[in-house]
Amino acid sequence: MNAPLASPPSVKTTCPYCGVGCGVKATPDGRGGALVEGDAAHPANLGRLCSKGAALGETVGLDTRLLFPMVRGADGALARASWDAALDRIADSLKGVRDTHGPEAIAFYLSGQLLTEDYYVANKLAKGFLGTAHVDTNSRLCMSSSVAGHKRGFGSDTVPGSYEDLEAADLIVLVGSNTAWCHPVLFRRMEAARKARGTKFVVIDPRRTETAAEADLHLPLAQGTDALLFSGLLAHLAQSPAFDATYVRDHTTGFDDALAHARAVAPDAAATARACGLAVEDVARFFALFAQTAKTVTCYSQGVNQSVAGTDKVNSILNCHFATGRMGREGMGPFSLTGQPNAMGGREVGGLANQLAAHMGFSPEEVDLVRRFWDAPGIATREGHKAVDLFAAIGRGEIRALWVMGTNPAVSLPEADGVRDALKRLDLFVLSENVALNDTASCHPHVMLPAAAWGEKDGTVTNSERRISRQRPFLAPPGAVKPNWWALAQVAARLGFGAAFAWRGPADIFREHAALSGFENAGTRDFDISAFADLSDAAYQDFAPVQWPAPRGRPEGTQRLFAAGGYFTADRRARFVAPAPVEAARTSDAFPFLLNTGRVRDQWHTMTRTGLSPRLGAHIPAPFVAVHPDDAAPLGLADGALARVSSAHGAAVLEVRIDAGQRRGTLFAPIHWSAATSSHGRVGPLVHGVTDPHSGQPDSKATPATLAPYAAPFEGFVLSRRRLEMPQGLWWARAALEGGFGWRMAGHLGPDDWARWVKAEGPAPSAQLDLAELVDAPSGLYRAAAFDGDGRLDFAVFVGTAGRRVAWDALKGLLSEGKVSTADRRTLLAGRRAGAAAACGPLVCACFGVPRDAIVGAIRAGAHDAAMVGDKLKAGTNCGSCLPEIRRLLTETTVPA
Amino acid sequence: MSEPLLIIGNGMAAAKLCEELAQRALGRHAVAVIGAEPHLAYNRVLLSEVLAGHMTAADAQMKPASWWRDRGVTLQYGTPAAAIDRASRAVVLADGRRLPYARLVLATGSHPIRLPLPGMDLDGVHTFRDLKDVAALLAAAAVPGTRAVVIGGGLLGLEASVGLAGAGVKTSLVHLMDRLMERQLDPAAAGFLRRAVEAKGVEVLLQAASDAIEGDGDGRVTGLRLKDGGVVAADLVVVACGVTPNADLARAAGLEVKRGILVDDTLSTSDPAIYAIGECAEHRGIAYGLVAPAYEQARVLARRLAGEEARYEGSVVATNLKVSGVPVFSAGDVTGGEGTEDIVLTDQGLGVYRRLIVKDGLLAGAVLFGDTADGLFYLDLITKRTPITAMRADLAFGRDAIAAAA
Repeated sequence: MNAPLASPPSVKTTCPYCGVGCGVKATPDGRGGALVEGDAAHPANLGRLCSKGAALGETVGLDTRLLFPMVRGADGALARASWDAALDRIADSLKGVRDTHGPEAIAFYLSGQLLTEDYYVANKLAKGFLGTAHVDTNSRLCMSSSVAGHKRGFGSDTVPGSYEDLEAADLIVLVGSNTAWCHPVLFRRMEAARKARGTKFVVIDPRRTETAAEADLHLPLAQGTDALLFSGLLAHLAQSPAFDATYVRDHTTGFDDALAHARAVAPDAAATARACGLAVEDVARFFALFAQTAKTVTCYSQGVNQSVAGTDKVNSILNCHFATGRMGREGMGPFSLTGQPNAMGGREVGGLANQLAAHMGFSPEEVDLVRRFWDAPGIATREGHKAVDLFAAIGRGEIRALWVMGTNPAVSLPEADGVRDALKRLDLFVLSENVALNDTASCHPHVMLPAAAWGEKDGTVTNSERRISRQRPFLAPPGAVKPNWWALAQVAARLGFGAAFAWRGPADIFREHAALSGFENAGTRDFDISAFADLSDAAYQDFAPVQWPAPRGRPEGTQRLFAAGGYFTADRRARFVAPAPVEAARTSDAFPFLLNTGRVRDQWHTMTRTGLSPRLGAHIPAPFVAVHPDDAAPLGLADGALARVSSAHGAAVLEVRIDAGQRRGTLFAPIHWSAATSSHGRVGPLVHGVTDPHSGQPDSKATPATLAPYAAPFEGFVLSRRRLEMPQGLWWARAALEGGFGWRMAGHLGPDDWARWVKAEGPAPSAQLDLAELVDAPSGLYRAAAFDGDGRLDFAVFVGTAGRRVAWDALKGLLSEGKVSTADRRTLLAGRRAGAAAACGPLVCACFGVPRDAIVGAIRAGAHDAAMVGDKLKAGTNCGSCLPEIRRLLTETTVPA
Repeated sequence: MSEPLLIIGNGMAAAKLCEELAQRALGRHAVAVIGAEPHLAYNRVLLSEVLAGHMTAADAQMKPASWWRDRGVTLQYGTPAAAIDRASRAVVLADGRRLPYARLVLATGSHPIRLPLPGMDLDGVHTFRDLKDVAALLAAAAVPGTRAVVIGGGLLGLEASVGLAGAGVKTSLVHLMDRLMERQLDPAAAGFLRRAVEAKGVEVLLQAASDAIEGDGDGRVTGLRLKDGGVVAADLVVVACGVTPNADLARAAGLEVKRGILVDDTLSTSDPAIYAIGECAEHRGIAYGLVAPAYEQARVLARRLAGEEARYEGSVVATNLKVSGVPVFSAGDVTGGEGTEDIVLTDQGLGVYRRLIVKDGLLAGAVLFGDTADGLFYLDLITKRTPITAMRADLAFGRDAIAAAA
């Protein structure tokens, strides 16, 4: 078990999920878990937490953790090793690769989940001392188009505004952002503003997401046409009173070209509507709203970034804010909402292949500056490969050594099957991880290093509003777990760079990072936190959240930038950028759909953490593909059926969700399921490796794909207290449940096969089972429940013919209970517990564990708005991310007269 | 003027007939009941409970004397009927008395089957049919160290075995077939039953053919020899191999008789003034050895005697057996076979087994073990030919589960 530290009972730290960066107060429960609550004093969330953050305490167990270094031996098997042996192996192999193939045969693939300090050390080791710039990160998949757009527009990778602007705005435009699900706490702040001042929401998204359902205006534009829409808006603004000629004249360049381009491609609302596949009146209304509303914030996320034209989309948005002078003033500005907890921190240290360090690039002057600061004569002098190219270079054998930290590229990268193959070709593959097994760990790493997990980590992260916060440990590292920075520094020492890596702790690293940001800066670079270059250890420990820049003498930081220009281009002017022509969506007869990928409300990335939480698994227990009803009907696809989704690169089998909010011709599938949690649920392999020409960010929102029914004559579920191996050839998806696991399954295995599995190959083949069975082979039905010596439910199998699904909701509770009562046991195989029909259905409110049926029941009993539902059931009263679903249930539920 | 209605037999069928008549046609007939046994009518199903000491003979009584008196029924028990004089419409009793009738109902029940084995006449060999048998068994059981062998693994034999075991007798049950109650139960249910009976202290010997009952020089039984040569030592042998209709009087009176007294759908014998109900009757080729058909026949006959146009068209056989706390139920066609489909629910730990036999979307038969609360529900589905397709997935869980799912 994770032993709690003897330090103060409650520790202030930061949530490890999305880029909102919420403050968390964690109190170890003394049994390896922790009680988690929002930190009311943290400016990002003011005490609120979303469903994922609120369930953090359920995810700190050690069952799935990697606790000791593992080294692959001569026999080909991974075996537990000492840190010394593991570090020696890494250092020796790195030397060998460098000596044989040169430094550029070495690469690092990092993560937006890493602390800034870990990131800094990895970047320094690779670029400064190994001399390779092949250091990229999963942030490439997340917001690199925003980085590129910001750099083109501002001359720097700067987010100009503050979360407070969301509360001061009269119009919030959400572009390609399902904020209600992906940044729930920010969405709650926006909703509070709407309540307080009548803020209008416009959502620009091909999908009618939960966020779109809440909007005053939803523009379901054709995939990839965002830049056209904002070009049309620019043309409109230029001739409206909103046009700020002074700001444009004094602080920008390139307006005329951008306007000329806009007028050419989208001269008015009608032309824009045509180009974007929208209703002209909707476009006109959006233009008018934007023009009329000075206090406008435009937020954008992966729908903008993950595109072949992501950078252009960002600049088309920035153009509109330059043209109206709505920059860096209260309630105004463009706002990139990042996906990861420390995507910003990674950018700050130079964690991307096209950055060097501290927001500096690879110009000779910048290389020289960093070389001198680090005293690193062997520093890399040119950009490295961005993520997709980096793995392609591994596939080609150009890169021979790779160190992956805190990310799961075998699941998350485009064309992920190719990534899987590439990883197996490496001479040295090092994986620093929290978990003992995931898809990437299955790709033959030579060394696995046990990294500190959330709750054990000690360092800083930066959120979407440039706010640096501390992640503080409240659990002692279990086993031989060590922080990543330590492992990196140890390898550096073995390579002879010890003097440059001789930190005693994260505070030392942070001070060096702060010093570098201010080194020969003098206001020329946006990122400057030199106010903290001499921070004491105690001050680091107590470090309060602050927004950078915080140059020497200004430790209070900076809330907003660019209201009065002062951009970080050579002439200090912002740049209008005319977006390149948008290519039409590239479907074909073979691949007639465009596959969009993204997140769901209660899961995070590849589920290695959120997948441990029973509450979070209850919202959506299986990987799905959303399909418009008119697209599903001709294929004979019914809601809940399985469909094979394939692209030129790979295939997945997903549960069909008929969704009228899906744009015709498009599909949506979540990114979270991996080979560890599903048999056929990885969508990474389908996504094409096409990238934005400026940012290198993959176009994950529009892969040409096709859809076909997947024959599975039988379907059902398995519940078990233990993790079980499912039979070969089966489709399955696993969810964590209180006290065990549940597998949704489907396939060709019928009653006889399952009866055999239960008795012969199944969970306890040799044990004498106290078994209850229902067999109706002619109907294709088989159900079994096994009880242990104490009469507790040990496992259950329900299988029936396709389309006649029985929910596990009524039974799953038995996995965490003691002896099953006789009354329950008599009805258990009917899928029911004794007495009243247990309220079930999918979980809607993850915070309070309220299922759909309970909410419908409350509505029928007279709760006629979300507040009344909240009063009755508490549903929706914490993070609020389920409020859109509750409101939908309110409209869908018929109340008896 | 009420006409004399005479009932021969003072068992459960007769009692039910009187009860139904009293409700429908009180005063229409002058009813008299003639019984051979010197008791008021009692519930024969409870004999094993009396044997096990769970109740007394008085508890098994169906109705108190006052009940019969209040309904004006003349009870003539303790004196068997000796003959039927059809020509003069009178019944002759063993003591020579003649009782005239306008209508006569034969409810004479059945005889226990006696096996053609050597030694059947030895002292200590009993049948298990009536209170007299039970009294004899109880007397024997009272002797400490008594060992008993029960021959017959059907309903009766099981009741006798469990009853004896309950009375503290070391009991072995010897059965010719490979499973208990083979006519009502499939192998799985019979296996459950065997384990349950064994748990009550009965040793079960299957596929055991009896060869001879052995005795000592004093003519007292000492054991049962089996065809395989083995001998089961016993001071008490109970022959419980089933019953055969008691049609002696009818046969002597020249009524048409095969196994039982032949009756048509009006329950008339070949003499329109004479009816037969219960175990002595044979209707459409079936002589039922169970209580429920006897009650149904009694109900139909009472309605006919009350002037209604009721007909008896046969019973769906259901065995609802409660062998001292081991509930077993069987109804309808449980043989399975061509065109039938089985739904089987088993719970080893709970000792619950349910097999439902489906044919053409209808429930054709049901075997329940351990929990028989839904027996009559299934029987109803079988008799009413209720389509079950829509409730099929929940069918095995019974009425409440189906209602909850609806």
